[in-house]
Amino acid sequence: MRWRQLTPWLFLLAPLGLLITFTYAPIVNMLAYSFTDWDGVTPGLHYIGGENYTEIFTREDLYQVFFVSAYYLAASVIQIVAALYFATILSFDIRFRNFFKGVLFFPYLINGVAIGFVFLYFFQDGGTLDSVLALFGHHSDHAWLGTPRSANTSLAGVSVWRYLGLNFVLFLGAIQSIPGELYEAAELDGANRWQQFRHIIAPGIKPVVSLTVILSISGSLSVFEIPYIMTGGATGTETFVIQTVKLAFQFNKTGLASAAAVVLLLIILALTWLQRRLVPDDRVDLV
Amino acid sequence: MNRRTALAIAVGTALLIAGCTGTGGTSKGADANAPDDPSKVSGTIHVLTQRTDLVQDGTMKKYAAAFNKTYPKVKVEFEALTNYEAEVKIRMNTKNYGDVLLIPGVIKKSDYPKFFASLGTQAERAKKYRFTDFTTVDGKVYGQSPIGVTPGFVYNKKVWKAAGITQWPTTPAEFVADLKAIKSKTEATPYYTNFAAQWPLTSWTFVNGSVHCDTQATTKLADGDPWAKGADLRVGDTLLYDTVHDGLAEKDPTTTNWEASKARLAKGQIATEWLGTWAIIQFQDAATQAGVDPDDIGFMPFPAQVDGKFCAVVGPDYNLAVNANSSHKEAARAWIDWFTDKSGYDKDNLAISPLKDAPLPTVLKPYEDAGVRLIELNDAKGAQVKLIDTESEVGINGPDYRQNLVDLARGAREGSLDSFFADLTKRWTDTEKSLGS
Repeated sequence: MRWRQLTPWLFLLAPLGLLITFTYAPIVNMLAYSFTDWDGVTPGLHYIGGENYTEIFTREDLYQVFFVSAYYLAASVIQIVAALYFATILSFDIRFRNFFKGVLFFPYLINGVAIGFVFLYFFQDGGTLDSVLALFGHHSDHAWLGTPRSANTSLAGVSVWRYLGLNFVLFLGAIQSIPGELYEAAELDGANRWQQFRHIIAPGIKPVVSLTVILSISGSLSVFEIPYIMTGGATGTETFVIQTVKLAFQFNKTGLASAAAVVLLLIILALTWLQRRLVPDDRVDLV
Repeated sequence: MNRRTALAIAVGTALLIAGCTGTGGTSKGADANAPDDPSKVSGTIHVLTQRTDLVQDGTMKKYAAAFNKTYPKVKVEFEALTNYEAEVKIRMNTKNYGDVLLIPGVIKKSDYPKFFASLGTQAERAKKYRFTDFTTVDGKVYGQSPIGVTPGFVYNKKVWKAAGITQWPTTPAEFVADLKAIKSKTEATPYYTNFAAQWPLTSWTFVNGSVHCDTQATTKLADGDPWAKGADLRVGDTLLYDTVHDGLAEKDPTTTNWEASKARLAKGQIATEWLGTWAIIQFQDAATQAGVDPDDIGFMPFPAQVDGKFCAVVGPDYNLAVNANSSHKEAARAWIDWFTDKSGYDKDNLAISPLKDAPLPTVLKPYEDAGVRLIELNDAKGAQVKLIDTESEVGINGPDYRQNLVDLARGAREGSLDSFFADLTKRWTDTEKSLGS
């Protein structure tokens, strides 16, 4: 009898061990660092209480980077709408649908660092983008990463290209889980495609959409890979996470950077909580 | 076991792990003495290096083989780290950071005795070696750079000649005028910022000292305002600003390519880059590979003269040090001594020898001919400058501030040059004050 109770814990031992070692222990470590003025290498920790948090909440220059997140937030709106559009179309029976599914999902499978390098060449002066535009007779002399506005738009565009596939697959899965009889019944009643979308698909995938919105908001606040590889945060493309990395590794303020990371975590948790309060996740009942 | 106890155990374990942090160097006050009898030292030493290229092409192995002729019982193993600073910083939280390593920038000077074994007293070492100042704590020296470098402009002689320039410019204004001549008379890009590669921009900080030929330039950074009118950094930054602002730099700095720029300069598509003597050999190699004459690669000092003479600051590269926790300190010390004195590493890199009595490398022959004065900066306040720099988050040795300057110059950032300098001054001097009190 005792053994039967123990068995599930034995199974859980490995995953829990990994989870604690590689997720929770580092987080606890980070929390501990956030109360010190550690520089990342000096032996011994020196606790300074909440000074790092005071600094973070009183320095407005640390928050200016959130304006950059607005670009990614705007991009994620486009991304969600586009993903929804493609998911709806490809859920109907059209030619080459599996091929198009593959095309849309493919970018998500590529490593973010590789994407950064590829697009660095893409946006270069006389690079891929300029060549393609020239094919269509548009000879642009635009430095795509040259000004803050243009650079952030370009980078946000790369991010849409990369993450569209993930949203698309989530939406497609949700749409396909809607029973087929509903469409048949709707067609018999004379509903057109838009009406089918409006009254069957949209309510049916609401939980997935709200999940995607949460992911997009937290994603926009913690953008890192693409701008870090492509511009290193230069020309007004610095995001909160890049700023944190710079604090930790360029200015050796590991304590302050840990506090910044904790604050970002809290901001995202707060936004998620707020979003759940505003749009409650009621159970969907189509039938 | 219910859910709550499980959670408590998990949190407890996590807290325990958090306790084990940051215990790298502890054995304070170790010495690495030179062995008396080379044939008797033994052991395997691990040498950490940032020169991945030299480890891959077997050059380091050749040095080790030559070393073994004098020290037959020592086995030298190299570990090349691609991202040296970041990787070694994390390893230094343990005791296992090689036997010989390069002192990373992050380590505070006052912590040197905790991490490294002393190589001897400054009084004794300064007789023979340059740069002892940079690693001395309480009269003891903790590191030695195997080469000396001096910053300057790498330029394509043919292009400069084609623009009708025969003499090195002597003032920043003359330099800008020369670049303008290059722009109008040749096809070349007069100046290349290497904006995207980031670190080449940081070498602009090394103008410090050469503008006023001042050996106390580092002390002035710690005590004064580096961006006051006429101060070294301001003069250098203004030159960079003017160059970019007058359209004399590459069209799109955000997508520059460092590796490609070497061949482009060799071929005459780029005229000038601000780097250092260490870069000359790389550009010459690029020239040979591109099938052009490596002798076209020239090197010139910062355009400023004191009493009719140019001035160049000679500084150390990465300093070699012995790990304080090493169990083969004698062997490690033997490697450092041999590598700096006898390996020929400095000549292979066309660099300045760390030995005081050694002659200048041949690449600096033009410097000798022009009577360029070579000076070394007093580094007594070096640690203080580093502290002000990181505390104020100005980052004179980081890329951000110069990238912002270039953005400002090409109109991708709002504001004037004066307000840009004023902001730097304010952050720097405020930190000076808060640290001083």
